[in-house]
Amino acid sequence: MSVLLNPVVLRITLRAALGRKRALVFALVPTVLLGITVLLKLVAHSPVWPAEFLGVFGFSVVLPLTSLIIGTSVLGAEIDDGSIVHLLATPVSRLGVVISKFAAAVILTILFGAIPEFLAGAIAKGFGDRLTIGLLAGALLASVAYNALFVMLSLLTTRAIAVGLLYLLVWEGLLGNLIGGVRVLSIGQYSVGVANSIAHTSALNSHLTARTAIIMAVAVTLATLAVAVRRLSSFALKGESV
Amino acid sequence: MNAIEENAIELRHVSRWYGNVVAVNDVSMTVGPGITGLLGPNGAGKTTLLTMMAGFLAPSRGELTVAGQPSWRHPGVFRLLGLVPERDSVYAFLTGLDFVRSTAKLHRLADPDAAARRAIGIVNMADAQDRRISTYSKGMRQRIKVAAALVHDPRILLLDEPFNGMDPRQRLVMMDLFERMAQEGRTIVFSSHILEEVERMSGTIQVIVGGRLAASGDFRAIRRLMTSRPHVFLVRSSADRALGAALIGRPAVSGVELTPRGLQVRTSDFGTFTREIAGLCKDGGIALREVRPSDESLESVFSYLVAT
Repeated sequence: MSVLLNPVVLRITLRAALGRKRALVFALVPTVLLGITVLLKLVAHSPVWPAEFLGVFGFSVVLPLTSLIIGTSVLGAEIDDGSIVHLLATPVSRLGVVISKFAAAVILTILFGAIPEFLAGAIAKGFGDRLTIGLLAGALLASVAYNALFVMLSLLTTRAIAVGLLYLLVWEGLLGNLIGGVRVLSIGQYSVGVANSIAHTSALNSHLTARTAIIMAVAVTLATLAVAVRRLSSFALKGESV
Repeated sequence: MNAIEENAIELRHVSRWYGNVVAVNDVSMTVGPGITGLLGPNGAGKTTLLTMMAGFLAPSRGELTVAGQPSWRHPGVFRLLGLVPERDSVYAFLTGLDFVRSTAKLHRLADPDAAARRAIGIVNMADAQDRRISTYSKGMRQRIKVAAALVHDPRILLLDEPFNGMDPRQRLVMMDLFERMAQEGRTIVFSSHILEEVERMSGTIQVIVGGRLAASGDFRAIRRLMTSRPHVFLVRSSADRALGAALIGRPAVSGVELTPRGLQVRTSDFGTFTREIAGLCKDGGIALREVRPSDESLESVFSYLVAT
């Protein structure tokens, strides 16, 4: 385990993320989610609002955006400011660095995305409700798969946030709704698929079975992490004064 | 593998380019135990060379080995090697001790805490070790970076502009430290664009200009190259024209030009010239107001070295 997960890298990454003002940014989206949920609980009369709101806003906005901000920053911020050198100028394996950074991103996304989604479900329907449990399961899967993708993007491009947004808006948001095949390659659809396999409600607008969703999510996670490790192994410092 | 090979960095016809820009051009050198200074103006390619030595950049052409193996894509090389990068970014939210101890843990040292305290002691930072790095001055950050690079007691130490931001006293302490480490048989490579820094550190100098290895040797050899080159002086006096006429006949003077700022005198023997000019002024009743070398910038020294 210690070969894969480096506790020093994990600890420094969590401290960096939680110590910065960025932590306030992380908290912004889930706060909005919980606020609107409370408001709807007070005023909404439709019985399907929890699934509709938490399915759409939770899985299309809260989780992808939280993962995007966190996943692109755990390695990306250190690459941008050059502090990654202190980590890489040690014999620690690049696989260990990627897995530890990814683990930190998943923990943070669970904290700022999956748990708020679960709490919102609990506010709407109660802790033991199938929808609440389904939302939590879908959110956990989203936290894992999205972060693998965004950690990889932060190693492939300096514009990881822009590329990630394009993926979310164009691929998942636009093409995912128009072309059926795209849904098989959409992390948003994997999380809704898993959530619906527990919640069983048509309001979640799920198109994939739980089995397909989980297999695809695992495949995407492993593939993107493999690319990230490969990329970090060939990490080149951009000389400032060449 | 013997101790010398274990500490050696070897470059064979190494070039590195970025698109059409050549940063390092066909450099070959062997760096062994002792201190080696990479001297050159900003943008000469020193950082690129050090970055390649540390394995953070692949040579576009040629071969570069550290202790007999390529450093590119071999993070294991950091068991032997410590790196102090030029960029000032460290984990500013950590205390100095946290930072160095974390580095010790990443090296999987048996007693990270003791190793960190030892390294911090070496750079005289024990008093500030419990403060966050964000509160450190530039010189202190530089020293804590050196402590982190030293924490695993490396055989080879690479330092990119290590004295930037340090005050003169800290600079001397660091230089003494590096000299001690070199005497212990370690390989210390540092880059600098400041001649005096390199002069103070005894050892081999590799002069890098425009990506090429322009000269190498000990400081005295480099100095000789510099002093025997043509010098240009700007001379101001009470009678520039008369002084110019007197100077032009002297063997040490190869050219005189009257400019609005004064006389521009070119000499191939600046020792003789500086001795003679005083006598000439005295004999001619000329008041000498200023004799100033007009080309003492390091860049002009380097461009001369490259041309020879």
